[in-house]
Amino acid sequence: MTSANIEDPRGPGRARIPSSRGLSRAARRVASFVFSLAVTLFGLLLVTFLIARVVPLDPVLAVVGDRATQAQYEAARVELGLDRPLPEQFVRYVGDVLTGDLGTANLTGQPVLRDIQRTFPNTLELATFATILGIVLGIPGGVVGAVFQGRWPDQVIRVVGLLGYSMPVFWLGLVALLIFYGILGWAPGPGRLDVTQQFTYEFDVTRYTGSVILDSALSGAWDVFRNAVAHLILPAAVLGYFSMAYISRMTRSFMLEQLGQEYITAARVKGVPEWRVIWVHALGNAMVPLITVIVLSYASLLEGSVLTETVFAWPGLGLYVTQALFAADFNAVLGGTLVIGAMFIVLNLLSDILYAIVDPRAR
Amino acid sequence: MTHAPERVKGETLLSVRDLSVTFDTRRGPFQAVRGTSFDVGRERVGIVGESGSGKSMTGRAILGLVRPPGRVTASRLTFDGIDLRALPDRQMRRIRGQRVSMVMQDPRYSLNPVMTVGRQIAEALRVHGRPSREEIRRRSLDMLTEVQIRDPERVLKAYPHELSGGMGQRVMIAMMLVTEPELLIADEPTSALDVTVQLDVLRILDDLVRRRGMGLIFISHDLRLVSTFCDRVLVMYRGRIVEEIEARRLHEARHPYTQGLLNCLPRIGGGHGDLPTLQRQEAWNDA
Repeated sequence: MTSANIEDPRGPGRARIPSSRGLSRAARRVASFVFSLAVTLFGLLLVTFLIARVVPLDPVLAVVGDRATQAQYEAARVELGLDRPLPEQFVRYVGDVLTGDLGTANLTGQPVLRDIQRTFPNTLELATFATILGIVLGIPGGVVGAVFQGRWPDQVIRVVGLLGYSMPVFWLGLVALLIFYGILGWAPGPGRLDVTQQFTYEFDVTRYTGSVILDSALSGAWDVFRNAVAHLILPAAVLGYFSMAYISRMTRSFMLEQLGQEYITAARVKGVPEWRVIWVHALGNAMVPLITVIVLSYASLLEGSVLTETVFAWPGLGLYVTQALFAADFNAVLGGTLVIGAMFIVLNLLSDILYAIVDPRAR
Repeated sequence: MTHAPERVKGETLLSVRDLSVTFDTRRGPFQAVRGTSFDVGRERVGIVGESGSGKSMTGRAILGLVRPPGRVTASRLTFDGIDLRALPDRQMRRIRGQRVSMVMQDPRYSLNPVMTVGRQIAEALRVHGRPSREEIRRRSLDMLTEVQIRDPERVLKAYPHELSGGMGQRVMIAMMLVTEPELLIADEPTSALDVTVQLDVLRILDDLVRRRGMGLIFISHDLRLVSTFCDRVLVMYRGRIVEEIEARRLHEARHPYTQGLLNCLPRIGGGHGDLPTLQRQEAWNDA
């Protein structure tokens, strides 16, 4: 804590640190990351705690119901610890969270932690596949749009993207269900699994990770695996469409910026083929700002795919938290909020790591 | 810096006739270069002119680097007898970098920031032919030594942001000359550098061009620099070459624009009065 606090007089980032001190620099980085993680988590806990105490909903009433007597009510209040002063309640809350106790969800009668372990992997699967789709289609789309700026490939990609922007996700989801499930019958209906596969999953599949796809594959239950993947395709495609629209638009604008730079001309002077100029030189530099865009879009899918989850009856975290909110189930809401907040912190770390890989100036 | 250099006569590397570069703007076509004609052999030709006179555009048009909406026209544009005007992309790339190369103004922008110096130099070699890993390494190190980089092993692994401006420009020169081209276009190669390193970089460039017997087109706004560094000077104004003159006879320049430029230069011991401003005349546009 002594030397780390003294600011380098040459200014941050400009100092040339000899490689022999590389190890201590790495250690300092890890320390500063852990510190910021702790501070962020503490702030997150404080905010969720305060929200729970501030909103005009009575958690006691939610437990005992509105026909309870005053004595029952008081007993429940004491049991929940709500008669203690606020700071004490907060300390208890933090202690509980740190030991993995997020309380019991009234909605399901289960510990919140178990509900989250059950629902969060589904959301993670959905958001991850949608983001992969968005990257795989969005980046090439944006690159092609930038290269053919103003000509027809660019226009086509822009219109497709614009449709993605302007259509509400629930509508797109319903139309997709209607066409691919209702009329064509290519895709399975809503839900995570067909009923029969659900049985197999519940009883025969070992829960290694909580993800249906991974667990069924690891257990060798290939029928369940196939069914789980089939159910994932439609909602992931709908979400991925939005992700693609956003990523391709940003890629296009970053690429246009990079293609106007002098090092691009320099590469052409060297006789580098045009595909390499575009996909290696320009895209390599456009990836730097793109990483933030991709990670942020991933994060927003993790927290906010409630509508998609509702339309596709997808048993994910968004759906869980929304239902808990309507039922005034505060333990569940706070637990979900904590997980989403923690996810943001993890993704922040992820984007830092990716930055260092892509941009030598950030190392 | 240089003595009166012998001009290698006879061999013409580059031949340009009526070269024009036009940009279609909303207010009609704008001609950045308006019918310039010149030849370059294995000699050092300077192109001087103020900003916007079309000197850089001329250099880029030769290499086929003018991007749409810019249009290049010429009645003749040949390098070593090869017509560059209608050359297919593949053949054009074989000439670029390999036989005609270009050093650009500012190494902070003209080197790819996310690629190591080694990879960028290697790329120039790899584009033409299939050299082995060892050959690439040896030639890169040799080239960096030639531009007087003291620690070439370390510089190969460095990223452009880890180099100073002078080092960066030497790396740029190394990258563009490693393929041993016959003609080099140097587009304001020292304008972005500190005054203290400008001379070093120029000396390195001069030395390499002489030793290899290359042709050089030196584009600059610095008349005095060009006159000490080049054999011949082309003076450009508003997209046209208004005067062509041997560098050592520059003081005999006849065109009023060249004379005006010369008069605007401060002289040591020339008193403290205001420098004359360039008086432009409409007639020069058509000179």
